[in-house]
Amino acid sequence: MIKLFSLKQQKKDEEGSARAGGSQKKASAAQLRITKDLNELNLPKTCNTEFPDPDDLLNFKLIICPDEGFYRGGRFVFSFKVGPNYPHEPPKVKCETAVYHPNIDLEGNVCLNILREDWKPVLTVNSIVYGLQYLFLEPNPEDPLNKEAADELQSNRRLFEQHVQRAMRGGYVGSNYFERCLK
Amino acid sequence: MADGEVQTLDYQQRRWHNIRKLLERSGPFCHPDFEPSAEILDFIMNSCKVLIVGAGGLGCELLKDLALMGFKKLHIVDMDTIELSNLNRQFLFRKNDIGLSKAKCAVEFVNKRVPGCEAVAHHCSIQDLDEGFYRQFHIVVCGLDSIVARRWLNGMLMSLLQYNDDRSLDQSSVIPLVDGGTEGFKGNARVILPGMSACIECTLDLYPPQKTFPLCTIANTPRLPEHCIEYVKVLQWAKENPWGSSTSLDGDDPQHVAWVYEKAQERATKYGITSVTYRLTQGVLKNIIPAVASTNAAIAATCATEVFKLATSCCTNMNNYMVLNMSEGVYTYTFAAEKRPDCIACSNTTRSMEIESNATLQAIYDKLCEDKGYLMKSPGITTIINGRNKTLYMSSIKSIEEKTRDNLKKKITELGLYNGADILVADVTTPNTLTIKLKFSNNLDDDMGR
Ligand SMILES: [Zn+2]
Repeated sequence: MIKLFSLKQQKKDEEGSARAGGSQKKASAAQLRITKDLNELNLPKTCNTEFPDPDDLLNFKLIICPDEGFYRGGRFVFSFKVGPNYPHEPPKVKCETAVYHPNIDLEGNVCLNILREDWKPVLTVNSIVYGLQYLFLEPNPEDPLNKEAADELQSNRRLFEQHVQRAMRGGYVGSNYFERCLK
Repeated sequence: MADGEVQTLDYQQRRWHNIRKLLERSGPFCHPDFEPSAEILDFIMNSCKVLIVGAGGLGCELLKDLALMGFKKLHIVDMDTIELSNLNRQFLFRKNDIGLSKAKCAVEFVNKRVPGCEAVAHHCSIQDLDEGFYRQFHIVVCGLDSIVARRWLNGMLMSLLQYNDDRSLDQSSVIPLVDGGTEGFKGNARVILPGMSACIECTLDLYPPQKTFPLCTIANTPRLPEHCIEYVKVLQWAKENPWGSSTSLDGDDPQHVAWVYEKAQERATKYGITSVTYRLTQGVLKNIIPAVASTNAAIAATCATEVFKLATSCCTNMNNYMVLNMSEGVYTYTFAAEKRPDCIACSNTTRSMEIESNATLQAIYDKLCEDKGYLMKSPGITTIINGRNKTLYMSSIKSIEEKTRDNLKKKITELGLYNGADILVADVTTPNTLTIKLKFSNNLDDDMGR
């Protein structure tokens, strides 16, 4: 038990009497945690990060270049925004590359459970990287964001593969145009 | 002596009669170390400074409770202004106060109503106030609805801790935090002794995550009215940008809410879902859970009691986390939340490192890898200079390594570091990012005050 009354019978410092040297801003818990996450980032060989401003660890890009599966040879850029409530809330992740994918829509929204409903503070940036990488290896038609792509993957795998290839080379799939994103 | 004065004196005697019984005599429930004395009442009335964070539902209750208990040196901080919907439970405010500062109105009301109370209002956000401000308080009690704000406050109180040379905690630097929270018929109250017991970050897992639905469900298989509203909020807004791409959705803007409501209704009709209402739209957008006045009253009373116990030592504090659930019957229990040895906030005791003022960053890096106290593998080093984060060196990320490699050759003073500056170091060998204070070993003119 802390005995405040006996410890502090003396009045406390009056307002504004900041101690010398105490004026350096303290790092937020979110900042401390993301520094830790990033310093321990263990990227698979198909992934890379880019920090436009190395002093800003809260905003960065992840580049995934799958080496197998439907999306082999493509280069997909994701933006990460880590908010002040990290890790209570997950980072906001968007796909900046237009991609024909059952779980990524044309606005770049990504359907990955740990980015929303299954996020937990024990998860890290690394968990998200692996989750995203997995989406390219095993697109999941059960959780569609792009319904056409999902239906196609289930009904006609070959056609789906052709459409993925066409989108990555740059071209139309249906009425939607995709920029070239081959390496 | 005039009649009036006698009455006042008599009134003063009677006014503190019950509090005196607690503080001026011993009893079976007292803490064994408690020494009854008349000075304790003097302490809470004239010396003990308490900061109340938040002047909303809990804050109004806390200010009233503490003022009536005899605390006079009360400060209250809140950046919000009064809205019509507050008036049912934030009882220090009247209709005429709408639009005015919550903190100021609450203080004005209580100072007028409770003789002798000298409460002070701060109409600003907690982040606007600095270490010097927080250090003046004996106790901080908070009634906030924001986890970010709680975490910030927790971090601030941790940063005020001082450690002795043997790395033991200097108890006089501890400012206890009493934290209350409510959500509908549920609430909790807890006592945190920074550096000594479980803190907000230790138990971050206890906060329920914000209710979210899988993105694919709201995009393709909506079943609930909430799914339709979330769809408009998360997907349709960004697609259509009804007020231009620079305007983000504001749950307080009636036009925005109306737009979302309309679009959500359209979507609901398409999927045969009923009961999308304006209120529900508001609720989903702002994540509103109806506030219940009696929950606030119960939680605030618990918090105020704990503040009283802390200030007077007359009784042992709760240990340390109380849960109240009145949604079915009334249920409450108290458990001891455990301090996490790897907590990012409270295990992060600042260490210091001696270094020559003309050393290079490489010298710090080498010390971190080779000194027995550290033996790190690949430390990432950052700092904060003039309020901005700065990455000094991080080898694990290629693009950062390339951009910061040259820093290793630079003198630490060239990089903006000074005697007394904190560096933040992350490494696989430690559970957390460490804060390390630099101590210049050959320092002649002490520029700590910079
Ligand atoms: Zn902690």
